[in-house]
Amino acid sequence: MSNPSILGLIRNEVLKIHKKRRLLVVSIILIVLVSMFTYANYRQIEKQREEQGTIDWRVDLQQEIVDTQNRLASANVQDEFRQILEFQVQQNQYYLDNDINPNYPGAPTFMRVFFSQGTTLVLPLFIIVLMADIVSGEHNDGTIKTLLSRPVRRFKILLAKWMTTLLYTSILIFITAFVSYAISGIVLGWDGWTAPILTGFQASSTGTFSTDFVHTLPMWQYLLMSIGLSWFVVAAVGTIALMISVIVKNTATGIGIMMAVLISGPLLTSLGSNWDSSKYLVNVNFGLHTYLEGQAPPIEGMTLPFSLIVIFMWSLAALAYAFYHFTQKDVY
Amino acid sequence: MMQPTLKIDHLTKVIGKKTIIDDISFDVFPGEVFGFLGPNGAGKTTTIRMIVGLIKPTNGTVSICGFSVERQFVQAMNQIGAIVENPELYKFMSGRENLNAFARMLPGVDEARIQEVIDLVDLTARIDDKVKTYSLGMRQRLGIAQAMLNNPRVLILDEPTNGLDPMGIRDLRLFIRRLVEETGLSVLVSSHILAEIELLADRVAIMSRGKIVKVGTVDELIHELASTVDVHVADSFEVLPIVRGFESIDHADVVDERTIRVSMNLDDTARLNRYLLDRGVDVFGLERRVQTLEELFISLTGGDHIV
Repeated sequence: MSNPSILGLIRNEVLKIHKKRRLLVVSIILIVLVSMFTYANYRQIEKQREEQGTIDWRVDLQQEIVDTQNRLASANVQDEFRQILEFQVQQNQYYLDNDINPNYPGAPTFMRVFFSQGTTLVLPLFIIVLMADIVSGEHNDGTIKTLLSRPVRRFKILLAKWMTTLLYTSILIFITAFVSYAISGIVLGWDGWTAPILTGFQASSTGTFSTDFVHTLPMWQYLLMSIGLSWFVVAAVGTIALMISVIVKNTATGIGIMMAVLISGPLLTSLGSNWDSSKYLVNVNFGLHTYLEGQAPPIEGMTLPFSLIVIFMWSLAALAYAFYHFTQKDVY
Repeated sequence: MMQPTLKIDHLTKVIGKKTIIDDISFDVFPGEVFGFLGPNGAGKTTTIRMIVGLIKPTNGTVSICGFSVERQFVQAMNQIGAIVENPELYKFMSGRENLNAFARMLPGVDEARIQEVIDLVDLTARIDDKVKTYSLGMRQRLGIAQAMLNNPRVLILDEPTNGLDPMGIRDLRLFIRRLVEETGLSVLVSSHILAEIELLADRVAIMSRGKIVKVGTVDELIHELASTVDVHVADSFEVLPIVRGFESIDHADVVDERTIRVSMNLDDTARLNRYLLDRGVDVFGLERRVQTLEELFISLTGGDHIV
């Protein structure tokens, strides 16, 4: 292997993160979280069994539809929320009509829900924990001076750091998949990989709900798509975190900024569906799983390709600025 | 004429409206220990940052063994090893892991070379311990080991004696001397402490407020400059006006009742004696005082913050 090679640089970055024991911390948090959710899930099933004397999913789903319709009947439901509930009723009804269990019990279903719920906040949080100090940490330690006075172009050093971010995104997604399957499987059972699941519902925030393009997929295929979307979001968050880490020399400040970006996303969508152009903000687009599940997008005009493009463009811009700043600015 | 290993040519750095480094030039040659002297804040570290490419000069160039730091960064950095301010290494890794990591950034540094630099700085016993457990002296040595990995032609040590005890300073001095003799590299050592530069360096550049105020060998600096003569007389106050009447005097002042200190060209000492005798002054003694580097330093830098 020729020295200095990009692989050697990536190896150095991995070594630094490894020595800080970050992945271990993230894995432990993940195990605790998944254990808690699994237990909560288990308790819910137990409660159902007690109340209904059965765990027939059809009874369960019918009950859910009735519950939702009751809520819709009451006057104090906001317009936007009313629409979400209506779509839910229609979707559940469709599952019931086609005799497909949307919540087939087992570890794969748990994984599906975990990735769907975790992609907007938990997984991005983990990549921030792993990556926030990848550049700013070098400033805090002063090691940036040693790093940048070696015979390697700055461009190459940042490229290695970005590729390390992508590598850790992949590792994080893999560990999440493994932990959520392994732990939930103990309680919920391991099978369900081939259970059918429906996708392709088309909901729009103007109130139309279409089942024209609905088709069934085996769970494993659906999961692959779902995990792929999660990877995309986490990689984007990692890339933006890399840019913040380049600009903001203080790691704590950098983490604060990234948290604000993440949290303001869901906040904006719940508050400002009247602010139309907020759909061009990157953090409003992180909920990619809503498209897969056929829920209404937060703002009219948002589709899966639209969100993918918005996230991609923001990541590209972040990356371009990070490279500009890192290669051009004086280091003190 | 030998090719300089490090050539600083009209280097200038302006930040905002402030000129931090003001048109400095000097050369460092192979086998030479070059002292870079100046009070804190004079611009020594800024200059060193420009030498290793951490900051871009506003004007002027730095070349290392003929390679421009700005235009041929990789080639230039292949010839240099540096410690900027502090030996900055990863504290959460062991000494050896640090060296391995930095070796991956260099062409052709193998295990054997890594062991060689560990032996060179005598860190073998603690090399597998985490750097955060090291004393400052050990970190300094690990920093030098890192800087030496690529067999540099130029070694830059920024305030290397900071935080070292007298024994450590002595060891470092001997180490640098030995290194220069064995490898023939150039060493640029910055410091705000005169005594250590005086002992270590062959040549010195004195920097103050962003400017180089003097470059020369240590001997040159001591002897070339106007020195002082102490004139011992019976009554200094009575004689002072007479002394001031002597034509080649820069400056004369009373030190005590029997001593007048005169700044002048030392070659004129005998003429001053005859001049005073001619005017009926009893001269009890004329004492040539060679200025110490420290006094010279104060007079050149205007006395700002010297240790």
